[in-house]
This record gives sequence, structure tokens and C-alpha cells, in this order.
Amino acid sequence: MPKPHQGPAESDPAIRVRALEAILTEKGLIDPKALDALVDTYEAKVGPRNGAKVVAKAWVDPAYKQRLLSDATAAIKEFGFSGLQGEDMVVVENTPDVHNLVVCTLCSCYPWPTLGLPPVWYKSAPYRARAVSDPRGVLKEFGTELPETVEVRTWDTTAELRYLVLPERPAGTESMTEEQLADLVTRDSMIGVTKAKAP
Amino acid sequence: MNGIHDLGGMHGLGPVVPEQNEPVFHEPWEGRAFALFASTFVFAGYTVDEFRHAIEKIPPAHYLESSYYEHWMFAFEEALMKRGFVTREELDARIAQLKSGGP
Repeated sequence: MPKPHQGPAESDPAIRVRALEAILTEKGLIDPKALDALVDTYEAKVGPRNGAKVVAKAWVDPAYKQRLLSDATAAIKEFGFSGLQGEDMVVVENTPDVHNLVVCTLCSCYPWPTLGLPPVWYKSAPYRARAVSDPRGVLKEFGTELPETVEVRTWDTTAELRYLVLPERPAGTESMTEEQLADLVTRDSMIGVTKAKAP
Repeated sequence: MNGIHDLGGMHGLGPVVPEQNEPVFHEPWEGRAFALFASTFVFAGYTVDEFRHAIEKIPPAHYLESSYYEHWMFAFEEALMKRGFVTREELDARIAQLKSGGP
């Protein structure tokens, strides 16, 4: 066991980060502008809207859905969504009989290109502990009540493989366009803690 | 490696508490920490496995008390120090300098 970090340096992570950034910048190892761009990308450009487009297309295009379920990485890449933390994707489909839920019990593995960075609750100890031992209880905390006849499957993500849930297309959406359908697809529905929104 | 990070099935941790309209980063430093990690990862040449191993070495109480991006800081500081890109002394000195109002 290494010696824990101690002393005043530990008490303020903001100063700690600033110190490290300053040292590495002065050594020419990083460029603060590149850091700005990375922050902007994940705050403004990459997020669950990407995943929603994938889901909406799968709802309206049976051939695409087939490709998505058989080779998710390639099918998602058709939208240009690929790269860091999305190198190996698997999509699991919700049906009237099966509801899927995704967790990373060890940490926070999550499909960045389709969902962005994970929310705090996904990384929190209670979710990681109970998604595997009490998934129905967790679902209830998100307001999702499933009949006992529905099988709940929990998928534990790893560093190498990331899951995305394909939620069920809500009833009464037959006349909606792909774009309108995408608005019904929430981040939580692609993690599997809720269903897609009703129209 | 067994340890506190292996939380699957653990009891007594309470309910899941989702936050409404959660921002991607809660504080600016979290965004900087994320971007520092993504940048240093490339030039320092460490692997996800090494990063994981460093996180798994965090003392259990500190693991549960500290936030997610503090875990990351712990892990990539370890990786950068191991490779000599920065020393503990340099980092501590700079932190002291910043705290006393220096650049």
C-alpha cells in the first residue's frame, strides 16, 4: 500500500490541477489551448444527442437496426461517432419481455462517442453496488416500474467493451419523423434506467 | 486486484441520487483534470490498465470520500511521476506557490 497523499496539497483539488497544468505547460508537454478544446468538445459537442440519433434511426429503419444489433461499432460509425471509449460497442435491445440496464461496477466505463461523459450517479457507489444486486429497486428510484414478467438483464461494462441500450419505441409515435423521435430518446433510456419519453 | 473499487453487490451504500440538469463538469477544475488526463495519456504513454491499477491503489477511505476526478488526479500524477515528467517536490512547491498568490 503506497503512502496516502497527505498535507494541505490534498485539500484543494483545484489548486492541485492548476499546479500540474502550469508545470507541464512550462515544460512544453501540453498546450492549454488544446485543453480548452477538449473541455469544449465534451461539454458542447459530444453527448447523448449522438446516441439518440442512432436509436431513432434504428426505430425507423429495420435494416439499420439489424446492422446495429449485429455490429454496433460499425453501425454507429456510419454517423461518424467513434473513437475514445467507443472502440468496441454492443447494443442491447429492450423488448416487451426484456429490459436491459448498463452499469460499470468497477468504475465508470461508458460509451463516450454516443453518450458523452457519464453523470455522477452512474459513477457513484450506490448505483454500482445495486445495479447488479437489486436492479428493480434501482429502476424504481428512477421511476421505472416493470411488471414481474419482464426479465431484467444487467450488463457490466468493461474497459474494452461498452454497452448502449436500444429502448423500445414508444406507442403512438407512428407518424413521427426520425428527428422528432430522437427527441424522445433520453440519456437515461440508453443507460436503461428509464424508458424513452412518451410523445 | 480486490479492493474497495469492486463495488458490485455491496450493501449499505444508500439510494441512487440522480441530479437534475447535471452539468458535464461541476467545477472548472474537473474539466481541466479531464483534459489534462486526455492530453498526458498521449505523450506519457500510459495504458488504461496502468491507470486502473493506480486507481485501485487509492487507500479505501480516500477512495470513498474523494470525488471521481480526484481519483483520476491520483492516478495520472502517479503515472507522470513514475516516468519523471514531474516530481512530487515540483508539484508540492508549485501548489505552495499558488496558495501564496504566486503564478
